[in-house]
Amino acid sequence: VTVTPPAPAPAPEIEETYSLRSTLYERSRGFFVPFAATVLAFFIGGLVVLITGHNPITAYRAIFEGAGFNWPYQWLTGQDTTASGRDLQQTLRAATPLILAALAVAFSFRCGLFNIGGQGQYWVGFIFALLVGTHLEGTPRPLHVTLCILAGILGGAFWGGIAGFLRATVGAHEVITTIMLNWIAIYVGKWLFELDGPLQGAAPSLPRSEIINDSAILWIIWNPYLHAGILIAIVVLFIYTLLLNRTTLGYEVRAVGFNAEAARYSGIGVRKNYFLALAISGAFAGLAGTVDLVGVKHAVDQSDFDTNFVAFTAIAVALLGRNTAVGIFFAGLLFAGLSVGTSSRNLDPEIFEPALATDLATMIQALVIFFVGADLLIVYIWRLRRHLRLQRAQPAEEPAPS
Amino acid sequence: VIDRYRNFRTVASVGIALGVAAFILTLPPFTIRTTLIPIIFGLAGLALGLAALSRGERRLGGFAVAIGFLGTIGGLWAQGVDQDTLEAVITGGLVASTLRFATPLAYAAMGGIFSERSGVVNIGLEGMMLTGAFFAVWGSIWSGSWVVGVLTAMISGGLLALIHGVFSIHLRADQIVSGFAVNLLALGLTGYLYSSIYPDGTPTEKVDRVPTLEEAFGFLGWVPGADLSLLVWAMFLVVILSFVVLFKTPIGLRIRSVGEHPRAADTVGISVYGVRYAAVVTSGVLAALGGAFLSIGFTGRFAENMTSGRGYIALAAVIFGKWRPGWAFVATLLFGFGFALAIPLQREADISSNLISTLPYVLTLIAVAGVIGRSIPPAAVGRPYVKQ
Repeated sequence: VTVTPPAPAPAPEIEETYSLRSTLYERSRGFFVPFAATVLAFFIGGLVVLITGHNPITAYRAIFEGAGFNWPYQWLTGQDTTASGRDLQQTLRAATPLILAALAVAFSFRCGLFNIGGQGQYWVGFIFALLVGTHLEGTPRPLHVTLCILAGILGGAFWGGIAGFLRATVGAHEVITTIMLNWIAIYVGKWLFELDGPLQGAAPSLPRSEIINDSAILWIIWNPYLHAGILIAIVVLFIYTLLLNRTTLGYEVRAVGFNAEAARYSGIGVRKNYFLALAISGAFAGLAGTVDLVGVKHAVDQSDFDTNFVAFTAIAVALLGRNTAVGIFFAGLLFAGLSVGTSSRNLDPEIFEPALATDLATMIQALVIFFVGADLLIVYIWRLRRHLRLQRAQPAEEPAPS
Repeated sequence: VIDRYRNFRTVASVGIALGVAAFILTLPPFTIRTTLIPIIFGLAGLALGLAALSRGERRLGGFAVAIGFLGTIGGLWAQGVDQDTLEAVITGGLVASTLRFATPLAYAAMGGIFSERSGVVNIGLEGMMLTGAFFAVWGSIWSGSWVVGVLTAMISGGLLALIHGVFSIHLRADQIVSGFAVNLLALGLTGYLYSSIYPDGTPTEKVDRVPTLEEAFGFLGWVPGADLSLLVWAMFLVVILSFVVLFKTPIGLRIRSVGEHPRAADTVGISVYGVRYAAVVTSGVLAALGGAFLSIGFTGRFAENMTSGRGYIALAAVIFGKWRPGWAFVATLLFGFGFALAIPLQREADISSNLISTLPYVLTLIAVAGVIGRSIPPAAVGRPYVKQ
């Protein structure tokens, strides 16, 4: 009995793209492309680890446990969860500003704009909230926290709004203006809190701000680390979805993002929406800074301005999460885990030096962005795999799966 | 109508020049110490600007009004400042310093022009510079020769650009996203390699630095600026070459046609992908040269994220210079001046160095906001081309 071998599969090439892409997006609405991109990025990151003489599997495992992701397993099997619980709290705490700042990127993306200025908006929001937090002594705690959050939102919206205004009026490209605004915010921040700076705190020899009042500090919901910011982030994820999908504003923003010209013809004010999208986007980033202030930091060191780049990581989060609330939540957890798991506190230097691991995390983020952006590549590899399988099947004369 | 329009553009331009002169004349080496000069020049500039404005030349006219006003204020302010202080800030060194700061920007900007003229947005200039800066140091230490350092920098920048090319040309990823990923990748990769190759933070071996013109060719020691690095001098060549290649050769015509109308270029037999790959790789090589200047041409060492946004400033210079090498070079000089001025200003004027450090970024912001409306990018920039 002979089985006729299947016709040789055509060489995998990327042909007509429109249908290809639409089916791809159909599929990627679920899980496929982001998941494949993440796997691919970790794989290549592992290769780099291997080349530089470390064992990638033990390194990844150490990062995984350093992030506290083994907590559910330990909790279910009734093991001691003290250490992993603390690690997981840190991860959740780090995920909060990441998720919020990622919403900033995502919201502007939906309007067809790329807001790289999250970091600047984060700092301006942070500083506005700090001003409210260090003043208004004796305000009841719920009110004071709320006021801080409002101030932070306002600050972020103001900084994002500058870029939006420039885009709307003179057409200055937001990628460049937001990056310039980042550096301006960073240096102005360093100036405010430097020695003898305008907002330097009480200690004369420390380039550090005043500490916010106790009444402005966010509640702890899981001792000792986790504050209520993660709940705020989850609420804001819902608000983001509702705002985009259930309001006129969201509809207009998306319409401009799909096709600005078509939106203009249907009477939607494109410029107005550019401004609004960047201002609202800035508000999300400003909120991220505020939550960091009232939840974790309570004050700011001058050196923080050189080391904190949470909003840049958030760009990777937004891209990996495909600008959807659910996607951003999980992508935020992933990258927060990556950064907590590679921090010098949680990673055993015997296994993998934290200094290397931090840069490895940056590289993995970059690779994820590459691969999520290049969905065609994922399809290509997917097809190549099938093609190879068919080829393997032929010599053995097995019927290929149809 | 066109003549009249042109006329008032000239009027406005003269107004701008007068406004600038109002300020410049009060500074060394002129240092005219009378309040009359800035007031006359500045107000004349302002008046010409108003005249142009009222005849419909809104942008240049508005610019002239603003410059005239600022020039007057600046000139009057300079009158009140001690002459010695002024001379300490505005020195001959300022020109050299401006050139040094402008050089990495100019390399990257020329690279950006090649890439964008062929229709590929290159946000990744920053990362390509950073990679160049790292591999220049690495190559220089490894071989003991700066020539090898510069070569490894160029190769690494070209390779990184090739990645950007594959993603944005063949895989049709969003070019801005891909460029951003290039930057992140470069940040992670250079940091990773730096801390794994030199675990103690700084390399102990000697870094062979790029010599100055005088060190390289002793007989040219009399040339003004002979103490500038060879890479600064090479930068002038690159700017001129970029102009010639882009606007005076068939290659340039091909690059520009691919950036303006890829379908038409494809129809007449130009390989759109080939031209784009070549242009993107060229941009990476040039940006890496800029990075190499930062590390082995200037400071002699590498630091993590040492480019600190220069790639983006170069990109702003490209836009400010309307995608033309000459004007983009002028823009990099402007930004370089911003960086250069910050040093003596914070020494003399007792302004916080952090506050002064915002100067180049503010300048870039103003430049982009003020000029971009008239700056028209290549028509097909940012759009992947699909072969038929």
